[in-house]
Amino acid sequence: MSLGSVPLKYKISIDRDQCMKCMRCVDNCSYGVYRIEDDKILIDSRKCTACHRCISMCPRDAINLQEKPVDYRSHPLWTAEAREDVINQARSGKIILAGMGNARDYPVIFDRLVLDACQVTNPSIDPLREPMELRTYIGKKPAKLEFTKNNGDIDLTTKLAPNLKLDTPIMIGHMSYGAISLNAQLSLAKAVAKTGTFMGTGEGGMHEAIYPYQDHTIVQIASGRFGVDIDYLERGAAIEIKVGQGAKPGIGGHLPGEKVCADVSCTRMIPLGSDAISPAPHHDIYSIEDLAQLVRSLKEATNWEKPVFVKIAAVHNVAAIAAGIARSDADAVVVDGFKGGTGAAPKVFRDNVGIPIEAAIAAVDEKLNDQGIRNEVSLIASGGIRNSADITKSIALGADAVYIGTASLIALGCRVCGNCYRGLCPWGIATQKPELVNRIDPEIGAEHVANLIKAWTLEISELMGAAGLNSIESLRGNRERLRGYMLDQGLLDVLKIESVGA
Amino acid sequence: MHYSPLNKMIREAVASGVKEIVLNNVLGQRFIGNGVRGDAKITINGVPGGDLGMFMSGPECEVFGNAEHAPGNTMDYGSLIIHGSAGDAVAHSMRGGKVFVKGSIGYRGGIHMKEYEGKRPILAIGGTSHAFLGEYMAGGLILVLGIGQEPTIQDRGIGSGIHGGEIVIRGDVDEKLLGVGAKKVEFTEEDLKRLTPVIIDFCERFDIDPSQFLDTNYSRIIPASSRPFAGKYTWE
Ligand code: SF4
Ligand code: SF4
Repeated sequence: MSLGSVPLKYKISIDRDQCMKCMRCVDNCSYGVYRIEDDKILIDSRKCTACHRCISMCPRDAINLQEKPVDYRSHPLWTAEAREDVINQARSGKIILAGMGNARDYPVIFDRLVLDACQVTNPSIDPLREPMELRTYIGKKPAKLEFTKNNGDIDLTTKLAPNLKLDTPIMIGHMSYGAISLNAQLSLAKAVAKTGTFMGTGEGGMHEAIYPYQDHTIVQIASGRFGVDIDYLERGAAIEIKVGQGAKPGIGGHLPGEKVCADVSCTRMIPLGSDAISPAPHHDIYSIEDLAQLVRSLKEATNWEKPVFVKIAAVHNVAAIAAGIARSDADAVVVDGFKGGTGAAPKVFRDNVGIPIEAAIAAVDEKLNDQGIRNEVSLIASGGIRNSADITKSIALGADAVYIGTASLIALGCRVCGNCYRGLCPWGIATQKPELVNRIDPEIGAEHVANLIKAWTLEISELMGAAGLNSIESLRGNRERLRGYMLDQGLLDVLKIESVGA
Repeated sequence: MHYSPLNKMIREAVASGVKEIVLNNVLGQRFIGNGVRGDAKITINGVPGGDLGMFMSGPECEVFGNAEHAPGNTMDYGSLIIHGSAGDAVAHSMRGGKVFVKGSIGYRGGIHMKEYEGKRPILAIGGTSHAFLGEYMAGGLILVLGIGQEPTIQDRGIGSGIHGGEIVIRGDVDEKLLGVGAKKVEFTEEDLKRLTPVIIDFCERFDIDPSQFLDTNYSRIIPASSRPFAGKYTWE
């Protein structure tokens, strides 16, 4: 017995009165929705992914897209998605993979947090007139400074650990070459160099084209150790050990062989077309002591000149884990919340495992403070950060800086269609096909990403000014500047903030 | 002596062109040879600590003693010759060069070793190995001679998730010790010809008579497929 087909996800229609038959939609759609027959544009809506490439390129605004054009009998429990997943698995007997971040309708805590502003008793600061200090240092800070007097000179005797110097608390998270295209990565690299910040290379080595921007990169070492050698480690301004990822905590990664083209193969240092499999754990890390050994090993290999970060997914026990990491000689802990994006993750993980970044930041900051080791390690938050308000709230909850990922891709054209795994990204981002990759001009891409970082940085300084703060240090962990709106007492306690009105 | 100043001395010596370094009374100092480039020879008398030769690219370390956790971890090129046994995760993610262990190794030996173009890492073991040998292996060669062992390996999980490279084990290997994704194939004369230089090299380094190992009494374990996970997933 056949299960038949499930309804269309999206329906595309063309307003034929508007259309001038310029054929841009036909040329731009890499999924093959449009074709021409007898001078007529025919549409196969089933192939549509809602990437919006055609819509954004149509000079006449003639294209319309409708989501879920076919209704099911409505049912609060048996949603269309629940039914379709069952049908899919009844057919295949397999694990469902899905793209981009958590797609479940969990409440967004950021949207239930409100920021403070000065009125009357304490003047707000005008960032146009007063200098605003957004410079952020990532790395260990000494608990105290010691000096010696030397013939009237004062010398610092405390040995300072290497820190990354950021002009803005916004960095771009790790998206590997392979997962995204070289032109996409290059755009990000140029953008961080322009804005005085850093980007992650992701797991998968560093392509030569990125070398000129290497002083603005954080190289990643993950469980597959792809592309990792001593040259790679020495190139990065910092090194990040990826233990976990918010979109799929507890499991490894897997770049399918189809995506391993010649260039990707040489950057990752694996044979052409072979699967690049990152196991779930690092098999040389089975304990916090082993982690400490890897951290120190990376530092030894690079002469203790580079900060080493450890990235974990936000999970239930994140605070205790972060405290363990802080004691491992790591310079920063990166916590990735469960809304974080990814090229592909098993849907059941993406939608069900992990905790929101907001709660994780607060819990980690609190624990490190309680143990008196907050200065030992910087806290970088990531996973679902959409705007400058999310960043400002993250810092007020206790983060030093944030990584953005999806937002930086949206600045390159991405419309969060969630089909990255197919390698056909019409925006030239999640693909290795030259004709698609060429759709990104790295100069223009960099301009857009840099604009985004600049705009958010401006907004953060405005928000700080309004709250009477002129330095990011005074915002960090300053929960007094946050209030919870319609949050329950349990969550208010975790976030260590008061309710609105209190 | 703490490992940091020791390793600094080694790095500086190698950088200044020193070709021979002898370390005596080594007692658990970690990261020896870590990230060192060049063609120096480092002799280690004693027991080095974890991550010996990690990220190393070129030198040879000869250890007269046992080695700890993860010697040859993510090693790029060069050799580790260990006249004793070694701990867990030996040659983890090794990308090139060779690791020879005269005695036995712990768990997860050769895990995720990989090869690329001219670089084909070799892990050769005189004795036996614990479980998960060559797990997730993506390339290179693991050779286990099983000297004084009968059978050579008794632990399970050999080559689970293997998707490249080969594991060659002296004598027969019980099918039930193989991990998911691994399969046993015949070891042919052709294979012997291919591996003879490795066997001879290993035996010479440890003064063992190679002739006893130059026959086809081996099991060869290879990936059942280069795409072990294709077929496990469907798309949304
Ligand atoms: S891009 Fe717009 S105007 Fe051009 S052919 Fe397609 S629908 Fe018509
Ligand atoms: S990057 Fe991924 S989600 Fe964004 S447009 Fe391309 S395929 Fe779609």
